Amino acid sequence: MAKKFLMGNQVLATAAVSAGAQVMFGYPITPASEILETWANLCQQNQVLKILQAEDEMAAGFGMIGACLAGVPAFTATAGPGNVLMQDAFSMAEALRLPTVAMIMQRGGLSTSTVIYSQEEVRLTCFGGNGEGFRVVYSPANLQELFDYTLKAFQTAWRYRWPTFILADGYQGKMKGAVEIKTDNLGLLTKNIKPILTKGVNLRNCYNLEEEIGEIILAYQKDFQAKRGKIEEWQTYQTKGMEIMLVAHGIVAAACRPAVDQLRRRGIKAGLFRPITLRPFPAAAAGRFAKKVKKVIIIESALGQLASLFKDELAWVATPLVEVNKPAMGFTPEEIYETVASLS
Amino acid sequence: MKPSPAFPKVFKVSSKPHKFCPGCGHPVILKMLGQALDEMGLAQKTIFLVDIGCSLLAWDFFDLPTSQTHHGRTVPTAVGFKMADPQKIVVAYVGDGGAYAIGLQHTISSCLRDNPITTIVVNNTVYAMTGGQMAPTTTDAEITTTTPAGMQGVTTLRGPELLKPIASPQAYLARGSSRQPLMLKDYLKKALATQIKGHYSLVESLSACPLNWQTDARQTLDRLESLEKVFPLGEIK
Repeated sequence: MAKKFLMGNQVLATAAVSAGAQVMFGYPITPASEILETWANLCQQNQVLKILQAEDEMAAGFGMIGACLAGVPAFTATAGPGNVLMQDAFSMAEALRLPTVAMIMQRGGLSTSTVIYSQEEVRLTCFGGNGEGFRVVYSPANLQELFDYTLKAFQTAWRYRWPTFILADGYQGKMKGAVEIKTDNLGLLTKNIKPILTKGVNLRNCYNLEEEIGEIILAYQKDFQAKRGKIEEWQTYQTKGMEIMLVAHGIVAAACRPAVDQLRRRGIKAGLFRPITLRPFPAAAAGRFAKKVKKVIIIESALGQLASLFKDELAWVATPLVEVNKPAMGFTPEEIYETVASLS
Repeated sequence: MKPSPAFPKVFKVSSKPHKFCPGCGHPVILKMLGQALDEMGLAQKTIFLVDIGCSLLAWDFFDLPTSQTHHGRTVPTAVGFKMADPQKIVVAYVGDGGAYAIGLQHTISSCLRDNPITTIVVNNTVYAMTGGQMAPTTTDAEITTTTPAGMQGVTTLRGPELLKPIASPQAYLARGSSRQPLMLKDYLKKALATQIKGHYSLVESLSACPLNWQTDARQTLDRLESLEKVFPLGEIK
């Protein structure tokens, strides 16, 4: 297996090729633009690959939908205000169960905001659009995971037919490091790839009666709940004898690990629960740990967006819960260590 | 009296009678499209995509792979499908609001890129599904539910004419009318032939909406005819 020294956004485009993607539809936006640029260069090397730099994010989202309808793995990448505009397409993908894959590189929230970093697109990516959040959202925490979860995202999208997202951030997109490029057997499971819009298929997402759409939503919910156990992923760190449970996702979870080591050295029995899928949220696993500890501390670069996912499904957990929120600002391990130590 | 031609083979019989209002122009336009597809032998390879508005009522009109999309987003969906499967004939069926207002950027960009798709724009000068509001094609002094006093001195958007300067030399742009079905069918066939050659095509068809126009049969036909003064019929490119 070859290791390459790449920027996070380059990792994502490279991984999409390994995953079996054939078309990218995109619109430039910081901090995600290098995904489109890298794909453009990859198209020069591989004539099977195609690209459309669309006129806007809506066109990129619906172009991706068109390709999926034709049975060709396609993806897009965006951030912030682009993520807002693409909800138009994502909600249709949700309604028609289309295997779209989108890489969201979170930038600062509230409108145009910063082009740098935040974790403020959690709610939008999980629940955007006029829907019920029938989506799969992976939150990778390092460069290697950007690669690995991109492979997985395409497999999940085409196997379960829910719109699937890689929710990373500007820090991960712009950092550089060595990444193992896997090309063995991890490609898309070809048996799941087939044209969706074929003879005899008439699709719509507009209905006359309340009951018609109501029944569809309930059927989707039943299927989503039935499959979530197979989709949910999480990671734990230092849970032996854990008394203080840190909950964080993405790059903040990565910063929590050295903080946990430091807390343990000081005798504070801290550990980490990191949801990898934010949607479906690994509630059963999180609950098993949360009910045993003395305190849950949820840490994120947003105002309680991860915390609301946790509380929404784990209201039955009686353990005291503290939220550490730094909207649109990053965390250092030292800062997490000091904050948790002061709360312990 | 000559018997009317049989329904096109590409019609989906189980969805007939169709869902459009009496007197609506859509069924005439769709019938001409159906005949064009039959006569050109394209039914087996055509993908039909429909917009929001009255055009969505065609979501099960043909025995063709069909998908309704979101308002204004039928053209980019068609572009994406065609990129993924260039062997298919991809038709985007859109109202004047979808093509010239909420989706105008897609109409312009797909023409500019010479995407090999066929866009059919049904122009009845109003937003019909939502109750007859002003459209980009609403004519001078026309009264709609959102222009109760009529607009004065407003330039009506003429789609094919707008696209002409940016279209590729091989692109095809035309305007027909549901009042003249055989002329419209001829334009549709030329548009599909242009797509087969790998180029962009758009056919606008003037269409009647007696419900929102609040016109009887005679008034409807007269109004449709008078629209040809504002929107000249013919092959524009």
